[in-house]
Amino acid sequence: MSVDPATVKKIARLARIRVDEAELPALADEVNGILHFVEQLQAVDVAGVEPLASVVHRSLPLRDDVITDGGDAERVLANAPNRIDSFFTVPKVVE
Amino acid sequence: MASDLTKLGIAEARAGLAAREFSAVELTTAFIGAIEAARGLNAYITETPDLALEQAARSDARIAAGTAGPLEGLPIGVKDLFCTKGVLTTAASHILDGFTPTYESTVTANLWRDGAVLLGKLNMDEFAMGGSNENSYYGPVVNPWRRDGDSAALVPGGSSGGSAAAVAADLCVAATGTDTGGSIRQPASFTGTVGIKPTYGRCSRFGIVAFASSLEQAGPMTKSVRDAAILLGSMAGHDPHDSTSVPLPVPDYAAALTGDLRGRKIGIPKEYRIDGLSPEIAAWWERGTAWARDAGAEIVEISLPHAQYALPAYYIVAPAEASSNLARYDGVRFGLRVPGKDLTEMYENTRGEGFGKEVRRRILIGTYVLSAGYYDAYYTRAQKLRRLIAGDFERAFETVDAVLAPTAPSAAYAGGEKADPIAMYLGDVFTVTANLAGLPAMSVPAGLSSEGLPLGLQVIGRPFDEAGVLNVGYALERAAGFSAKPAAWWRG
Repeated sequence: MSVDPATVKKIARLARIRVDEAELPALADEVNGILHFVEQLQAVDVAGVEPLASVVHRSLPLRDDVITDGGDAERVLANAPNRIDSFFTVPKVVE
Repeated sequence: MASDLTKLGIAEARAGLAAREFSAVELTTAFIGAIEAARGLNAYITETPDLALEQAARSDARIAAGTAGPLEGLPIGVKDLFCTKGVLTTAASHILDGFTPTYESTVTANLWRDGAVLLGKLNMDEFAMGGSNENSYYGPVVNPWRRDGDSAALVPGGSSGGSAAAVAADLCVAATGTDTGGSIRQPASFTGTVGIKPTYGRCSRFGIVAFASSLEQAGPMTKSVRDAAILLGSMAGHDPHDSTSVPLPVPDYAAALTGDLRGRKIGIPKEYRIDGLSPEIAAWWERGTAWARDAGAEIVEISLPHAQYALPAYYIVAPAEASSNLARYDGVRFGLRVPGKDLTEMYENTRGEGFGKEVRRRILIGTYVLSAGYYDAYYTRAQKLRRLIAGDFERAFETVDAVLAPTAPSAAYAGGEKADPIAMYLGDVFTVTANLAGLPAMSVPAGLSSEGLPLGLQVIGRPFDEAGVLNVGYALERAAGFSAKPAAWWRG
């Protein structure tokens, strides 16, 4: 499998990363180089093998369903590039 | 006296402080001076001398009061991937411009609990993605080591390149690193230092800027195996804030260092004799095998039949997790914001400008392999290979207690030498298996290459047997007698 510049443009759009049109062909080459490198995995017979997502062999621990944190808007907002009162701001979404 | 104090590791500095040979303020002052004189190495992104001297003064008070912690007064450098409350934390990325955490990572909180002093935040590859420390928004780190008779700058390895360089150049008593595919062990090998990646779940990941959550662990980078044992003891432990951290007691790692390997079986994986393995690396591996045998170990050849697939599996799993983890950088809540005409354009502009080339490349790969129609062909298949790779080790550890291998396929090289991403990725060929299988693994300096550059040996162990890994490392360290230091050319 390989990708063309149009596909890279689509992936970049999905990833919300602006990429200049002029960069797309070179980026497609780089992505294809990596896809070609990982292609060797297709040679392995993985029939019946369970995918491994985590090496921690236990289920997630549960804790009491109580409030343990929160009510600290100042700390949450301390690094906001822009804010109004206790809110993050973004460009207008609804006309 | 000042320049001598910086040569000390944790064990010696602790002994000197306890014997009142010098104060924590004197020790810290010596390191602050060394850091100022070494700015050409670019090891630190942020220096915190005022904070360090305040902490050191408090340490001196606690030492005088007899309430010293295990790391009391020891000046440490912290990889800039750990959130430090009130201290700029960048992950070496433009996109985290100005980010000053309002909370502390658990690992660093453990260090301060035990009395350590923060000298500053260490340079690294952006978001821990890289093997040479050339992918930093704050510029590359220079390896303190140079080839014999050659003044060309070499890379310190990565991604914990600033940590490795700082330890090697005596710019801290020890440092923290993180290891997702080899990012502690490979730079340790490149700089003649010791580094251990503990078992997945041993150290809390809370407050560490996330890259590939199922693979990464924090670990110490130090001047000796004993120092690594002491520092890991403070860093490790269960944390309710990280559901993958394991509720197991932390042993006294330093107490386990006997150097006696009698009754232990050490496996030599035949698949690690890869095509094109440098004869020099192979020779040091042979020497290390002989040292382990001399220390009483029985040497056994083992097979890890799927090891050759570790690197390609890693370069699917890690980017997939990265593309998900790095979705949080949106220009809204922290760091860089680049305006746009609407919300989507603001996201795209912020992320387009904020991420460096390697990070962007990995997010794109990760997005692709997780996208509809390709998920099973790439991501699920890589996870199946991960199961097979972990299974190889489970079988091997039915027979052996530890595995001995080279750390990296080469010594340090010049910047720009591995411009092709795949060539760079191959530097992790011996280290990624331990991340995929979640196993503890360390690098110990073995000796110098024919060019006068350090080379490391790697020890991989059973889950949660850091003590066993450290003890094998200790036996190798004693046999190697590695005492070389880079000439301090950066002092000018």
